[in-house]
Amino acid sequence: MARYLVNRVAAMAGILLLVCLFTYAVFFLFSPDPAVQICGKTCTPERIDQIRDNLGLDQPFWSQFLTFLKGIFVGRSYGDGVSAVQCSAPCLGYSFQSSQPVTDMMLQRLPVSATVAIGAAVLWLLGGVSAGLLSAVREGTWVDKTLTGLTLGGMSIPNYVLALVLQYVLVVRLQWLPFPQAVPFSDDPVQWFLNFVMPWIVLAVGYAAAYTRLTRANVIDTLQENFLRTARAKGLAPRLVWRRHALRPALTPVVTVFGMDFAGLLGGALITETVFGLNGVGKLAADSIAKNDQPVIMGVTLLAAFFVVIGNVVVDLVYTVIDPRVRVGT
Amino acid sequence: MTSPFTELERAGGSGAESAQAAALGSGTPSRGRVLRVLRRDVGAMLALSYIVLIILMAVFAPLIVSVSGWGPLEFDQSAIDPNLGGVPLGPWGGISSTHWFGVEPGSGRDVFARIVYGARVSMTIALAATTLTTLLGVTFGLLAGYFGGRTDQLISRVMDFLMAFPALIFMIAVLSALPAGNRSTLLVVVISVFGWPYLARIVRGQAMSTAQREFVEAARASGASGTAIVFREILPNLRSTIIVMVTLAVPGYIGTEAGLSFLGVGVIPPQPSWGQMIASSVTWYSVDPMYFAIPGLFLFLLVMSFTVLGDRVRAVIDSGEAR
Repeated sequence: MARYLVNRVAAMAGILLLVCLFTYAVFFLFSPDPAVQICGKTCTPERIDQIRDNLGLDQPFWSQFLTFLKGIFVGRSYGDGVSAVQCSAPCLGYSFQSSQPVTDMMLQRLPVSATVAIGAAVLWLLGGVSAGLLSAVREGTWVDKTLTGLTLGGMSIPNYVLALVLQYVLVVRLQWLPFPQAVPFSDDPVQWFLNFVMPWIVLAVGYAAAYTRLTRANVIDTLQENFLRTARAKGLAPRLVWRRHALRPALTPVVTVFGMDFAGLLGGALITETVFGLNGVGKLAADSIAKNDQPVIMGVTLLAAFFVVIGNVVVDLVYTVIDPRVRVGT
Repeated sequence: MTSPFTELERAGGSGAESAQAAALGSGTPSRGRVLRVLRRDVGAMLALSYIVLIILMAVFAPLIVSVSGWGPLEFDQSAIDPNLGGVPLGPWGGISSTHWFGVEPGSGRDVFARIVYGARVSMTIALAATTLTTLLGVTFGLLAGYFGGRTDQLISRVMDFLMAFPALIFMIAVLSALPAGNRSTLLVVVISVFGWPYLARIVRGQAMSTAQREFVEAARASGASGTAIVFREILPNLRSTIIVMVTLAVPGYIGTEAGLSFLGVGVIPPQPSWGQMIASSVTWYSVDPMYFAIPGLFLFLLVMSFTVLGDRVRAVIDSGEAR
């Protein structure tokens, strides 16, 4: 187990390193010159050269990349002399447009993204898994057919369309929800909670539909397995057949998919956060794209990749615990 | 199994799982039988009709627009109310005999014409991206699955790497960093680069199991070259898997294109796209709901039609294999 863990973590570090390298290379190659951006509109060529020299932008690619990597582990400073800015570890870059280290900017926004992700996850897990179970138990009946139809609709509606529809119906027409406005939790918990209701629903609908299908398919497959026939044949009560034998194998794949989806959302639900004006990591990315603030975009990309890769490992570990067929050899 | 574009696309991703399960038997029901069953399926036929309608609309866009009277880039100042900030005159977002779907608030451009031309963008990008993804996915999947060893190692690592990437954010970053040049081509390339591993992974698995079968061995024994075996013996056996995967991938790409345009890194204005229309309707939705309802409905129905069609094709192929 320990060796397996070490291998997995090593592979994970390798992938993260590659993601870093690739992202850095793309931004190095394609992005507009940061020195010009920092310098602003009234700028002389000498000033640009000075900034370039100051920030190490005249160094070759590899040395810049190594400095960047070093910054992640031990922190670094940008520039030298009086104008130097400190960026402590883990330093994922420095946004000269907002004069803040990228890591700080993301950490400030992370709680909002986590709230969005967790709330939506609760909704879609409860909704998706129970609808899937219901659909599988009533396979072929009108319940199953209705649910299947609904899932097709839920999977097909783009979330920004759903967001606008909900906003129009619930806020403008029916006025069941107040107009979303940014309030901290301590000021007005009710408004704070109501702000998140629509984003949660919007994010959850698509996932819930996908999970309904996944659960349904898995449960139907599992019910045809021999070990379930045995369990039934030996006279076990249906309730116990379900609880002891059917649910675990049927829901194992759901766990895998869930881990990945949830990890993906922690890196920011770009569209949902933008549409509802929630100040999460996703909105940070969208705003930075509009402002062309490259260090932030790169930081968010790396953060999201980090979550996805970690999510992958966690899922694998959980798998070895819940699925007896996957036991790790020592 | 997660999709590459977490927030945008789940249809393609989750379909893949079942497509994999569906085609594991890898016998292919005849094309005739699939079509016969589908023809009796009302849902599939409705979906297909809608897709055909949109394709026709895209192909004959200039003709249709010449009949309806307004081009996608013409401003009609007489259809909007300058005193109210450009809200369309008349009920339902300015729907009238001259503007069949109303006009764009603020500018007075004809919504019908923009929908028709937007269909071109959606269809072209989605179909091109699907074609490129399929080419890449099938080729690399077959190579990895059949040749194994080093080739497999290399391709699989690249796939792992691409799938670990937060594709949506990265696509946006690349698209925003690159010069605006030819955005449509770029969109296709970027979508495909991040999309192919999802198909390749499944093709690889199937190629591996097919490679063990007798007829492949027979071909090898009779001296056929590796390439010939891969493309003449193995590929035809993966046909049903590929068809299902491809149909289920199209809605994802339509959604991705619309989403990227929605976020402002897709198709560049004034070229119309549905996603971009929905994005610009955000500021108007409370006074002119029709302006987001129309492109929203067109987009939703198109994505849904492809999803339904893919789903039904899979069901037919699935049941064919169970028999």
